[in-house]
Amino acid sequence: MTIEVEVTIKLKHGVADPEGENTKKALNLLGFKNVRSVKTMKTFRIEIEPGEEEKVKYEVEEMCRKLLANPVIHDYEISVAW
Amino acid sequence: MMPSKICILRIEGTNCELETFLSFKRLGASAEIVHLKQLIGAVKERERRNLKGYDLLVIPGGFSSGDYIRAGAILAARIKGALGKEIEDFTENGNPVLGICNGFQVLVEMGLLPGFTHEKTEMQQVALTTNDSARFECRPALIKHESKGKCVFTRGIEEGSILKMPCAHAEGKFFIEEKKREEYIPLLEENDQIVFRYVDTDGTYASYPWNPNGSIYNVAGICNPEGNILGLMPHPERAFYAFMDSEWSRAARERRREEGEKKEDAYGDGKRIFESVLDYLQSRRFLKRKVYK
Repeated sequence: MTIEVEVTIKLKHGVADPEGENTKKALNLLGFKNVRSVKTMKTFRIEIEPGEEEKVKYEVEEMCRKLLANPVIHDYEISVAW
Repeated sequence: MMPSKICILRIEGTNCELETFLSFKRLGASAEIVHLKQLIGAVKERERRNLKGYDLLVIPGGFSSGDYIRAGAILAARIKGALGKEIEDFTENGNPVLGICNGFQVLVEMGLLPGFTHEKTEMQQVALTTNDSARFECRPALIKHESKGKCVFTRGIEEGSILKMPCAHAEGKFFIEEKKREEYIPLLEENDQIVFRYVDTDGTYASYPWNPNGSIYNVAGICNPEGNILGLMPHPERAFYAFMDSEWSRAARERRREEGEKKEDAYGDGKRIFESVLDYLQSRRFLKRKVYK
């Protein structure tokens, strides 16, 4: 038995997202004129051994701090399927 | 004179370690390309190496671990996890560490750069993020040397000189959070930590394409407050000889037309960085030497 954790890493508000900008341009050029903005984000799906809710949450946050996100440019969002 | 010992770190996805190795070797140093596993000890006894046996550590360019997660993040985590204490001792002893391109990203991810002393932390204080153009920018860059003498890698280079060396990266935009910018930029200046900034041919701080990635304050390279750790995005090892410059033959032809035949400098600007740090290592060894009478 494992639990599934999804960690989504997003760029902070105010940090340029050139990849999203370029995707938006390309979509507009393809005829999707109604596209106003595109933002990119990255999701990690992590399977971990079950534990207490608080402990799991703390550990995943540590993962974000130590590796998955750079606090200078990223916000992260954690969701757990219990 | 004992040659200085250089450790050039390699893992999957690093590049230009051979050019870096040759740059040091050509200047008389004893360089070695060492896989991270050799330092950790996950290899046969005879292949094991200890960081203590080296004078200088280089983290080369490339795309370590496929640039997954973020450029440099995985290598930084692996070094911190397995070699944290050794690296700390190594740098605190004043041994120089050079991070080129991906190596710069690794040093930033490790929190070694900018490494402000007032808030020593393992967390990142700045970031090297996706270029404004969202492209891989690969071409010669002009960088102005701004260090007033603190950085041990550039002591032999006059302040204000403009150097030319290639940059090749997709994630090289030096970035500081907006609310911290007013605090960090003057701090970097005050600590003499800004070593290189992108300029145009006149030496003016210019925007794209001179600043290939949109770096804040045109920053191309910084050192730590102590001056022994340098990270820079352009590749000095790709500018060791003058002929390595992609515009070399044309520039030489034009110069001949204007100035007539004369002996040309055979070396590129990158060589000066390797020379400077080797000079520093030799002088340091001299200072550390004990005389018994």
